[in-house]
Amino acid sequence: MERYTEEIRKRAGNLLKEGKVDLFIGYAGGSVPMMNRPILVRRPEEAELLQWDSFCGLNLANYLTGCKERIGVIANGCNSRNIVNHIVENQVKREQVYILGVPCTGMIDRRLVSSAVGGKDILSVSEENGTVTVETAGSKEQLNKGDLLQQNCRICTHRNPVIQDEMIGDPVEEQKGLEPFADVSEIEAMAPGERWEHFSRLVSNCIRCYACRNACPLCYCPTCFVDDSRPQWVGKGSDPVDTMTFHLMRAYHCAGRCTDCGACERVCPVGIPLRQFTRRLNRDAWKLFAWEAGMKLDERPPLDAYRPDDCNDFFR
Amino acid sequence: MEHVGIEPGRLHFSWISSAESTKFVDVAKAVSEEVMSLGPAARLVKKRAEVM
Repeated sequence: MERYTEEIRKRAGNLLKEGKVDLFIGYAGGSVPMMNRPILVRRPEEAELLQWDSFCGLNLANYLTGCKERIGVIANGCNSRNIVNHIVENQVKREQVYILGVPCTGMIDRRLVSSAVGGKDILSVSEENGTVTVETAGSKEQLNKGDLLQQNCRICTHRNPVIQDEMIGDPVEEQKGLEPFADVSEIEAMAPGERWEHFSRLVSNCIRCYACRNACPLCYCPTCFVDDSRPQWVGKGSDPVDTMTFHLMRAYHCAGRCTDCGACERVCPVGIPLRQFTRRLNRDAWKLFAWEAGMKLDERPPLDAYRPDDCNDFFR
Repeated sequence: MEHVGIEPGRLHFSWISSAESTKFVDVAKAVSEEVMSLGPAARLVKKRAEVM
């Protein structure tokens, strides 16, 4: 991990020095442990701020939307897939971005770390070879990184960037033999009434802060439907029906586009497992169209193209 | 929608050309019959705010 950080700093600094990019987007340490933040670097000397570890879970493709400059960007599997999405959806041009590929071994869910140390204040977190050392005021604990991974990283099959100009380190081995949609089947096994109860309970704590939308690289509409007031598509208060409408509509807007990067879940202040909404759509995209979002630059997404062999009768 | 618990049969999609009037009538009839048989919707229905 430290080796990657050094390499990233060196190469980002060089790119800026050589004038190959106008700015470089990466991650920097946050003000508290486990809360890395995205950073835009414009001067070569600022490249020292860049960092890479298991808390780089925010999706950097979010910052490429509509950029006119030449941009260097760090990309692991999901970042790279969302960059592909952005290129396919004409939000940025391929030649504008210089992608520094980083193999990824999964991002850590800070909530799991917190509960593993009994909710104590965490002073620092470091990791080496799959072991995470957590320092609290009175103790130092060693944890296994595999137990702390975000849910989406546990079932990830694209840890290496799918597109890059330069690679840092050797590609890591992809996870194999996983049951990718077990979570969806679990919900499907419930009766309709139970499912409604389940999803209603999920969003019952939602405070409508829209952090999920803001962190999502797919949500780049100039005016989101929830912010519109003429017409006002959905109520702005905390009415459970409005909240459910927001989550359903947001999920639908991500159909065939979601890369399951987990940024929405990561940023939710009340810990709603938001992926449960998008997962079913991801499975449909896979089952009906053999489609995984953000894998190819030269193929239109399934909901963007007509095919005579469409799976729906009414469409043919 | 079914995945989050809206009853199967409450939501329909169809592709009807402006020239297919008979298909429109058939679909509209079939949809209303099926929805009627399900009874009033209880899920995702916004109730008017209660005023004290």
